[in-house]
Amino acid sequence: MPDEAISLENRAERLNEEMLIRRIRDGEHELFYELIRPYERRVYSTAFAILRNEADAEDVAQEAVLKAFKHIRQFRAEARFSTWLISITVNEARMRRRKEHAEIMQPIVDHQDEEGNYTPHDFADWREIPSETLERSEVRQKLAEALASLGQKYREVFVLRDMQHLSIEETAKTLGVSTASVKTRLLRARLMLRDLLAPGLGGSWGSKLSFAKGTKPW
Amino acid sequence: MVMTCEGVWREISNYLDGEVTPDLRAAMEEHFRGCQKCSSVLEGTRNVIGLYGEDRMFEPPQGYSQRLHQRLEQNMPRSRRNFLGWMVAAAAAVLVAGGFELGRSAVSGQPELRSEHAQPGTGVPADMMVIVAEDGKTFHAAGCQFIHDQARLRTIPASEAQREGYSPCIRCMKKYLNESGRVNADDDDDDAEFASATPK
Repeated sequence: MPDEAISLENRAERLNEEMLIRRIRDGEHELFYELIRPYERRVYSTAFAILRNEADAEDVAQEAVLKAFKHIRQFRAEARFSTWLISITVNEARMRRRKEHAEIMQPIVDHQDEEGNYTPHDFADWREIPSETLERSEVRQKLAEALASLGQKYREVFVLRDMQHLSIEETAKTLGVSTASVKTRLLRARLMLRDLLAPGLGGSWGSKLSFAKGTKPW
Repeated sequence: MVMTCEGVWREISNYLDGEVTPDLRAAMEEHFRGCQKCSSVLEGTRNVIGLYGEDRMFEPPQGYSQRLHQRLEQNMPRSRRNFLGWMVAAAAAVLVAGGFELGRSAVSGQPELRSEHAQPGTGVPADMMVIVAEDGKTFHAAGCQFIHDQARLRTIPASEAQREGYSPCIRCMKKYLNESGRVNADDDDDDAEFASATPK
């Protein structure tokens, strides 16, 4: 399991962060740049995955980082700083979405019974997909489209757990849902993405994916 | 315990997260051995997690970092040390980046990575025993859920795996991949150049 060993290095990293945070609280504000540098991209990608729009994502990323700076005194050391920062980002992104009345655009899949079983559609045999595949911008585009086509609640869980590598407990806490919900949503998100991407990943990326036209196979 | 395909699909995500009991794990593995459909779902789901977990999905727009810092600067209370701190941070960044470049140029005698975008993972202890698959690109800790091709695995020291061009799994070896190193490694062009001559 990836989480099984909080290694010495992780601990050292955390101590370093704690020290930075203490000094920032004591007035060395410029150290905040150093504190957030490793997480700047993660803040953006989290905001983008939720909002699906570059301009909004950048704006929200800025707001989230500013908020983290202003509220650094409220950060409690029992959480990881990165998780705290990502939580702020998720909240900012959700607020932005609410402001823009995006709820009316919720995909149909959100109304499905999330406890219901999900049946995979495609059983093509996949080998390991080499990571070089991601060099191709059309592949990244297909992956982004597939993710964007998921309902909000599935997308949020998938982004936090599988893209930002939060634990199931951290994901649950960040989103304010139970760990059981996280597991159920994660299962559906992963299987839906697998079905959406199977025509490309199992075979050729040249084929058009059905969701590109706004139709969803589930 | 004999499992149906539906039962396996319900638990496949928990299986990949290591969130199933040993009995359930054994039953699922037994099922995978005899069921092509479920093996395909397992491999596909594992691929989905691997691809999206790569951290290169959503590139921030150009100038994002600068604009973010500008915004922070405008909102940060002035401190006497501010300017000096900036200079020190900037100088440190230049030194780190310079060191990184030097490091890169100095590795010409080392084996090239099997994957262009992999991180070399220099922090992995040389004598740690790791698992590699014959035609894979990454090495794993024993028990990692992201080991493909169970049939052709070898257990070798990490130093040997790296000599053979394997790079660390971003999941189970995460603790050895340092975040600040990633920032420097963000420039894909540089990375491609770094490992360029080696397409496998």
